[in-house]
Amino acid sequence: MKKDDSIKFLQGNEACALGGITAGARFFAGYPISPASEIAELSSLLLPQRGGIYLQMEDEIASIAAVIGASLGGMKAFTSTSGPGLSLMQENIGFAIMAEAPCVIINVQRFGPSTGVATRPGQADVMAARWGTHGDHGIIVLAPTSVQECYDLTIEAFNLAEALRTPVILLTDATLAHLREKVVTKTDKELSIISRQKPHQVTGDYQPYRPGPNGVPVLPDFGDQNILRITGLVHDHDGYSTPKPQTAGDLVHRLLQKIEGATGLMPTPRYFGSNDPEIVIISFGISARSSREAVNRANDQGVKARLMQLPTIWPFPEEAVRNACSDAKAVLVAEMNSGQICREVRACGIQREKVVGVNRADTAVITPGEILQAIKEVMIL
Amino acid sequence: MSIDYSLYLAKERLPHLWCPGCGHGIILKNMLISMAEMEVPREKALLACGIGCSGRAGDYVNIHRFQGTHGRTLAYVTGIKMAHPELKTFCIMGDGDCSAIGIGHLIHAARRNVDVTAIVPNNLNYGMTGGQFPPLTPGESLTSTSRSGKAEPDMDLCRLAAEAGANYVARTTVYHVVEMKKRFIEATSNKGFSLVEVITPCPTYYGRYNQLGNAHEMIEWIKNKTVPLHKYEEMSVKNQEQHFWRGKLVEKHKPDLYTRYWQHERGMDHRA
Ligand SMILES: Cc1ncc(C[n+]2csc(CCOP(=O)(O)OP(=O)(O)O)c2C)c(N)n1
Ligand code: SF4
Repeated sequence: MKKDDSIKFLQGNEACALGGITAGARFFAGYPISPASEIAELSSLLLPQRGGIYLQMEDEIASIAAVIGASLGGMKAFTSTSGPGLSLMQENIGFAIMAEAPCVIINVQRFGPSTGVATRPGQADVMAARWGTHGDHGIIVLAPTSVQECYDLTIEAFNLAEALRTPVILLTDATLAHLREKVVTKTDKELSIISRQKPHQVTGDYQPYRPGPNGVPVLPDFGDQNILRITGLVHDHDGYSTPKPQTAGDLVHRLLQKIEGATGLMPTPRYFGSNDPEIVIISFGISARSSREAVNRANDQGVKARLMQLPTIWPFPEEAVRNACSDAKAVLVAEMNSGQICREVRACGIQREKVVGVNRADTAVITPGEILQAIKEVMIL
Repeated sequence: MSIDYSLYLAKERLPHLWCPGCGHGIILKNMLISMAEMEVPREKALLACGIGCSGRAGDYVNIHRFQGTHGRTLAYVTGIKMAHPELKTFCIMGDGDCSAIGIGHLIHAARRNVDVTAIVPNNLNYGMTGGQFPPLTPGESLTSTSRSGKAEPDMDLCRLAAEAGANYVARTTVYHVVEMKKRFIEATSNKGFSLVEVITPCPTYYGRYNQLGNAHEMIEWIKNKTVPLHKYEEMSVKNQEQHFWRGKLVEKHKPDLYTRYWQHERGMDHRA
């Protein structure tokens, strides 16, 4: 029997590296950190074999800077890190947003704040990923729940980054990073891989930053015949800096709109369990794994429960959350932090008393039993 | 000269925003002239700038231009050069940008021998933010954050870059314009990491705080403070503290990062 090469047994970190390379990434720059290091290690091995580059930089600030540089040179580029490194990258994440440099940042969440517990999971970087750079900005953040999704969503992250010319953050965690599971891989030909648009000809009146389709500019790469002008300063359609209020306002509005207007391209929530639920559980990442099991057990015990798993955390899928929760008696939000997504669910306008957090923030993975217990408690109320 | 340097200039962007008597324009012009003499095609030239008055140079060119965050220029260009090794890359980074917030990246870009020409306009202070003291400000100088004289000693960025592994290191001044252009050409022709520090006047802040007179007088002051490297080396330490050296410190020909990377990876025999 012929061996099926597409089926692999991988760690989450390996799946991220493979997903990135399948999506066309040919540049990785990083700095070692637990529990993310295997992404760098596998990239260092595989990229040169494909004509790609692996650089080990002096810190995470340099890592994301090199990634942005390579991206502007036309390479699909990524980095991986964990909490402390994400904190160091924040200024340059804002720069990548402003400069419209497509790139992917894989943040393998560990317990924090600060050095925390380097080898144990957490899900407390939800807000750091959303707001961790100054100024008004939009950001795309995806969160896989399985090793398969580590692979699939890394590819999605690259597609979104390239389509919208923006950084995309993938939030995994220490558990997924080292979990080994079956992964069905695909070749780039079997997938729809998106690459950034490039301007066709050199024309006299070419204005690189004139918004193209969906507000995304069609920019050349460094080294192209068309000249690329990049700056983190407010810039006009030619790419020259200006402090004009009109230009500043238009630019920031376009950058926000570009993300908000593209939610149709992003992975949509996945639902498991009862179609007519009394209890809705909202969760993401590794917590959604436990939630799924809790929902199965609840359903077996005659409680109509349903899981809404969020592969896209930011932009927050407000409308879908509202729709999913409208008829539920209670909404539980299961996450390994002290309530970061829970706040967002409440902010969607769902009755405050209806929304209950199921939180665990002590380095351990939240268990199906804990979530089931929480379901039972709200059923009694 | 076969190319007119003004072809690289975004003339429609002029006049520039620099103060009268600022040296940044002189440095930019010399950079463009050196490019013209080397006949660098427009689309194969990149100017990557730091944040500061000197960083605004990027707004006056029509070659590829990059401006990132404060201090990080060399980290970005490390990525750019791995994607496009053929780009003639000039980095203009203020002394504050390069010697304070960005010094880690300077050391590592020199160590990796990234093929760029780093130009450091050293105006002895943070110009853009109002004349505070960065590491290269001479001891005892008056600045907006050292009103009774800078207590910390200064440092020699050129020697640091040389020690870190740069292929080419030189220092010159805005007074020595012919030499400046020559250094830029030598630096760019030498593949690998090159650094040229250019002492330059900031009459608005450093000059004013230290009562060095008008722009013209400040250039005279720089000229009088500067001695050739071999003379400097013969001076007493006390005398050295009163002077800047100028000249060529290092000229080596080690392979640059890109070359080494692929020599190594091809040696591993897994690249088609
Ligand atoms: C992270 C960060 N910190 C501080 C600043 C503020 N800042 C802008 S320009 C500058 C100093 C520039 O001085 P220098 O590099 O010497 O260049 P010059 O203006 O003198 O040409 C500083 C500190 C900044 N932009 N970013
Ligand atoms: S403040 Fe100093 S460095 Fe800045 S433009 Fe004016 S003279 Fe030049």
